[in-house]
Amino acid sequence: MREVVLTPKEQPPYGLIAECISCDVFAGRSIEEIEALPVYYGNRQGKLGDFFDVAGEPADKAGELRIIIEGDVTKTRWIGRDMSAGEIVIKGSADMYVGAWMSGGRIVVEGDVGTFSGMQMRGGELHVKGSAGDYLGCSYRGEWRGMSGGRIVVEGNAGAEVGQNLNGGRIFVRGSVDTFAGVRMKKGLLVVGSAIDRVGAQMTGGAIVVLNGVQRLLPGFDPAGDVENPEIEGESFEGVFRKYTGDHAERNARGVLYIKV
Amino acid sequence: MPRYTDVICSFCGTLCDDIEVSVEDNRIVDVKHACRIGTAKFLSSNDLEHRLLKPMVRKNGKLVEVSLEEAIERAAEILKNAVKPLLYGWSSTCCEAQSVGIELAEELGGVIDATVTVCHGPSVLAVHDAGYPGCTLGEVKNRADLIIYWGSNPMHGHPRHLSRYSIFPRGYFRERGQSDRELIVIDVRKTDTAKIANKFVRVNYGEDYELISALRKVVNGGELREESVAGVPKEEIIALAEKMMNCQFGVLFFGMGLTQSYGRHRNIDNAICLVRDLNVHTKFVMQPMRGHYNVVGFSEVLGWQAGFPYAVDFGRGFAWYNPGETTANDVLQRGECDAALVIASDPVSHFPRKSVEHLAKIPLVAIDIHPTPTTQIADVVIPSAIAGIEAEGTAYRMDSVPLRLRKVKEPPEGVLSDEEIMRRLLAKVRGEAPKLEVEAR
Repeated sequence: MREVVLTPKEQPPYGLIAECISCDVFAGRSIEEIEALPVYYGNRQGKLGDFFDVAGEPADKAGELRIIIEGDVTKTRWIGRDMSAGEIVIKGSADMYVGAWMSGGRIVVEGDVGTFSGMQMRGGELHVKGSAGDYLGCSYRGEWRGMSGGRIVVEGNAGAEVGQNLNGGRIFVRGSVDTFAGVRMKKGLLVVGSAIDRVGAQMTGGAIVVLNGVQRLLPGFDPAGDVENPEIEGESFEGVFRKYTGDHAERNARGVLYIKV
Repeated sequence: MPRYTDVICSFCGTLCDDIEVSVEDNRIVDVKHACRIGTAKFLSSNDLEHRLLKPMVRKNGKLVEVSLEEAIERAAEILKNAVKPLLYGWSSTCCEAQSVGIELAEELGGVIDATVTVCHGPSVLAVHDAGYPGCTLGEVKNRADLIIYWGSNPMHGHPRHLSRYSIFPRGYFRERGQSDRELIVIDVRKTDTAKIANKFVRVNYGEDYELISALRKVVNGGELREESVAGVPKEEIIALAEKMMNCQFGVLFFGMGLTQSYGRHRNIDNAICLVRDLNVHTKFVMQPMRGHYNVVGFSEVLGWQAGFPYAVDFGRGFAWYNPGETTANDVLQRGECDAALVIASDPVSHFPRKSVEHLAKIPLVAIDIHPTPTTQIADVVIPSAIAGIEAEGTAYRMDSVPLRLRKVKEPPEGVLSDEEIMRRLLAKVRGEAPKLEVEAR
């Protein structure tokens, strides 16, 4: 695998839209061409080379390329947008929309990611070693089909509305999540450490697993007995889980919620 | 003494259209039919002591009076040099000014947002997810037999809403007026509206979503396991659900108590779904209780000019919308904008402290009718005429019905309407001379 290393220079305070940082875009381009790729901030347009030092060996195919971002890029948005293959390693934290609409490949973030990360993901993997903001693996405003494939793993915590409109794929959050995890979920699997309340609000399908307890359940969830060492959506879990169905505020809801006892 | 009838009151979203105003020597001497707030607004136009009358520009840390030309030139310079200008306010002025403002935002490549962002913005997000089963207020007046106010207190916020559209008026199918209708108020405290209601349901603070979910479960044929939800006993929830299912035409008016309490847009999302579920059994509609008189107008105008209802970023030359990223408070709190224009609004009084701190750091242009904390920290202040009293224009009522605002008196000398100020500012930004037709108006 060949590597292109981006070393961040000073980041603009306006937020930097750098949707070009994707293996698909870098593939087949020389270092000079990568430096000249357009980025946007406020009402201005700049070049990727204005905000990053670019070095390394470019590749012809996206699948043969690894992009390494050396350090924090907390003002840079849309990293890995629409990516279909290859790997991005961010050795720091990134801003919003990391891996939005991604369909393949892998993004590893050693720090945190901002709001709307993994938006409408279709495939691939987003691995966050820190924490994620609100709307992890969500859908764009008004779109009722959210993330439809792939896998998101967050080792820290995540904000509100994790997996909103989830329509396939898997999200794992090891830490705690804020309110409305799995809201309007239709398919797929959402596994969270602990949750506050309103888990699975308005869900009509799919499964949510809570490992370390939830403070308050919605009235739409009805108990359906205890299960031991269940296999849920192809993943095995150890221990005794209390099973609920819901959210019965919706008609014909077929969602399942497992809470570890 | 000129006497104007059918004047529109430009205060709240109810937009009462039956006001009578008498004017003598360019002073409003009598206002009939308006509520106390509306009357006060009409009479306040007489009080020149508390108005902004001269354009001002900050020089050496102090606001000094300058000519209008100089103020507009300085404002254009601030906005043109900005990388990410924020244009905020808009709800208390007419559609024509908003329209030019949106053109200006596009010209500048800036972010435009209105006070929608801190009131019914969550309702808009919910409408994206669940649709909008709305109606006009005329339908409520003529048909509704069950009226619910949830998290809204119209006795104080929209004083004539009850008498013009909901409870008291006689309608085509509700000939006896109030005795043909039932009023239910759901709120966290017994408000003055709740005191006149047939039934008051007290919901626990921040648990509206749970109560809506419980109601939906009952409406959809499910059984409640809990003895009480959100502080409301099970029997009361079942009785309330049955009342909603058995009415002939029900309407749910909701306010800030639902949009800005814990759960925000999901509260509205769930409420819209409740109305959808109720339509299996009967006719039911809902209606947001919009605050400023033309806050709906901004969403309408931005809707037809940019395709989105609020919070649009024109930075890349096209409209990008995602509340959470492009909303005024998010842009301010992350310190992203480097200049701002505020028109017909006072964010310094009403925004969170962190937003105001950034607003105080950047160059600020304020256009308003009277001094506010925002005009006090501004670098350019331009006085404007009161739309609906001193200037004509169009405004949208809370049910999206457009009405023509009337001009009943002349503005103070040298003071222009918001529309004309925006036109001159846009021309200056474009480097054009203002158009003659505008000059003549």
